[in-house]
Amino acid sequence: MKDESKSMPFYVWIPLGIWDTLVSFAKSVFGFISSIVVSIATFFYRFGRGFVRFFILLYQMFAHYIRIFIKGDKHTKLSYLIMGWGAFIHKQYVKGIGYFVLQVGIITSIFTVFWKYLIKFTTLGTDVTRPAGFDETCNCYVPATEGDNSMLVLLFSIAAILLLFGLFYLYTLNIETAYKNQKLVAAGKVPQGFRKDADELLNHRFHVTVLTFPTIFAFTFTVLPLIFMILLAFTNFDRFHQPPGTLFTWVGLDNFLAMFSGQAGYYRFLPGTLVQILRWSFIWAFYATFLNYFFGIILALMINKKGIRLKKLWRTAFVITIAVPQFISLLVINFFLNDLGPLKNFFVELGWVGQGFSFLGIAENARITVIIVNLWVGVPYTMLMTSGILMNIPQDLYESATIDGAGTITKFFKITMPYMFFVTGPSLLTAFIGNINSFGVIYFLTGGGPSSQTLFQAGETDLLVTWLFKLTLFEQDYKMASTLGIIIFIISSFISLIMFSKIKGVKDEEAFQ
Amino acid sequence: MVEIKKKKPSLFGSKKFLETTSNIFVYAFLTILSIIWVIPIFWLVIQSFRAEPGSVQVNFFPQSYTLQNYINLFDPVALAQTSIRFPQWFLNTLIIATVTMVISTIMVLLTSYAFSRLRFGARLPMMQLILILGLFPGFMSMIAVFNILKLLNLTGNIWGLIFIYSGGAGFGYYIAKGYFDTISKAIDEAAMIDGASRSQIFWHIILPLSKPIVIFTALTSFIGPWGDYIFARVILLDNTESYNVAVGLVWITQRENITQYFTTFLAGSVLVALPITLLFVFMQRYYIEGVTGGSIKG
Repeated sequence: MKDESKSMPFYVWIPLGIWDTLVSFAKSVFGFISSIVVSIATFFYRFGRGFVRFFILLYQMFAHYIRIFIKGDKHTKLSYLIMGWGAFIHKQYVKGIGYFVLQVGIITSIFTVFWKYLIKFTTLGTDVTRPAGFDETCNCYVPATEGDNSMLVLLFSIAAILLLFGLFYLYTLNIETAYKNQKLVAAGKVPQGFRKDADELLNHRFHVTVLTFPTIFAFTFTVLPLIFMILLAFTNFDRFHQPPGTLFTWVGLDNFLAMFSGQAGYYRFLPGTLVQILRWSFIWAFYATFLNYFFGIILALMINKKGIRLKKLWRTAFVITIAVPQFISLLVINFFLNDLGPLKNFFVELGWVGQGFSFLGIAENARITVIIVNLWVGVPYTMLMTSGILMNIPQDLYESATIDGAGTITKFFKITMPYMFFVTGPSLLTAFIGNINSFGVIYFLTGGGPSSQTLFQAGETDLLVTWLFKLTLFEQDYKMASTLGIIIFIISSFISLIMFSKIKGVKDEEAFQ
Repeated sequence: MVEIKKKKPSLFGSKKFLETTSNIFVYAFLTILSIIWVIPIFWLVIQSFRAEPGSVQVNFFPQSYTLQNYINLFDPVALAQTSIRFPQWFLNTLIIATVTMVISTIMVLLTSYAFSRLRFGARLPMMQLILILGLFPGFMSMIAVFNILKLLNLTGNIWGLIFIYSGGAGFGYYIAKGYFDTISKAIDEAAMIDGASRSQIFWHIILPLSKPIVIFTALTSFIGPWGDYIFARVILLDNTESYNVAVGLVWITQRENITQYFTTFLAGSVLVALPITLLFVFMQRYYIEGVTGGSIKG
């Protein structure tokens, strides 16, 4: 290409160059679309295969434990009833008692605490709490009755089911221990004592020690709440159905129908709002990701340019914006751009804009402003991230390019950008998902505003997540918030699906080691 | 090197001239950009000393300066007339951030070590589960979390918040794991031959080698809770005594308060931002190392 361009006049190679660019662009678009199709197909294939495998695995597991039961001696058989017996009888006292205590503890707690909720799981409760008062039907005074609480029913039921899974896991461990002990004794060996077990927990089984606590934490504060919220999308939990005063119940896919096809009345603006917010979220994520990336690299190049002094000072000037907590810097910028604030006044005095101008009060302006302010927030971060990588670009690439007569701009587009893309590609896609889910910039800068008549509980600059936040906190429309959360999940997983099928580094996790 | 035939030296074409002009351009750009980047912060600082009452003003510089805004934040007499409890909020935030930092750092490092160095059956499924959980919006489950904490009697105070921040800590293992992955496994193997257990390897070998990432993890897990608003807003309820600085300061900016307390808000913001900014500027090196490592591993 280079040699040709020298021999040809500019009016030939410029169109040729554009044509080349168009062809390569078309190719990459085609590649992108076909890769999406392939990844969706692969996903469903894997999903189906995983589904079948799950049942095969389940069958194999039951077959395995039935086999052990048949082969086991009386102690192993008794372990199927009393957990820890197989350990206890072979002098593993601590282990045996531990299993037994867990078994008794979990089963008792299920019957004393969880059972009354679990049986109402299908209806989420029917009896409403009534205050004490005079009942006219029987002409008598009725005391207060405590009814059900749908929310607690749902919460405790999920907790109980998770607890039962945990118990089942312990149960299988107990059987394995008993059977192992049986085989050891048959071979004339002595089962390992407590001290040795404890030692193993710091060595070969260190992962158990390390991960047990985080796992329990994660299940209580992340997995359990998440299952709860996913299930809420299939109920009618909102501010008109707030237990204990009014109960909520299962409604199937009604919320999704309302979200996508619309209904007359209260939710008539919902589908339109979803489409508009979805579109804006994508535009926002696109600009927020790629503009930040591009300008961040340029800034890093400028700071790291040979012959530029005071590198540390420049870097610190930009790093300060990362350091100041976001809620502060964004609220301050909010005031700075306020209709009564200094920047608008400055622009008006320069005669650039009229008195009616507003940075955040007009939909279009507000959108452009948040994207620009997001540059202010994000560019220093990219600058830091890419500074280190820029210095790792092999210098001989540049040197040979210089010999070939390439200018600074050519070098930037032909060497720097491709190299950066190669190294930081995966993080770009992560950043894209992060930006779809970005909360702070919009919430503190515009609060989602300016408000709109045709949007359901959302403003013109609201993103999916800020809308979710508003629905939850201000509207208490939990069912729609959960439905929206599931939609966001589907979008995010769709994007990461493409990412995983395209990027090798993520798959070959071990290759780097 | 091959000798390249030099072009005829001319004033505008000479290498030195090009170098100097491009440097001048870069300096000009950097100066303009850094002014743009620093202006809002600068404005925050000078306005926090503003003596005139009222909300935001059109003038960039205040007419007269005072320290009263800062004094108001700590003066018991002035505070007694309002619901602003700045010293209490600051203390709350400090406790939340410090305790969370200690718990999360330990949890993140141990989880990362387990995923990086130990091999066990549940390793990949756990990593995949964490990946999938990460695709849900973080605060989608806040109402459920709120109700769980309510059952445990942990709402309306700072301990519930500490539980939440530390609870999800293990999920942020990526960067530290990426760092541990780069430490040669030969070291582990040599230590194991000498009879060291996995736990000893972590505490005595890996950890001392990972100082940058330990500091990075501690730094980020301190900064996160220091400026968090979303969960704090949901968990702390309307109990102004238990607010953290984010909820407190955002509460001041609400319409009914802002005309009276705008400068107070700015003074509070400066005090909240100052320690974290200083910390950040001094720890820059470690932060850059963590961020760069994280971007390469994706």
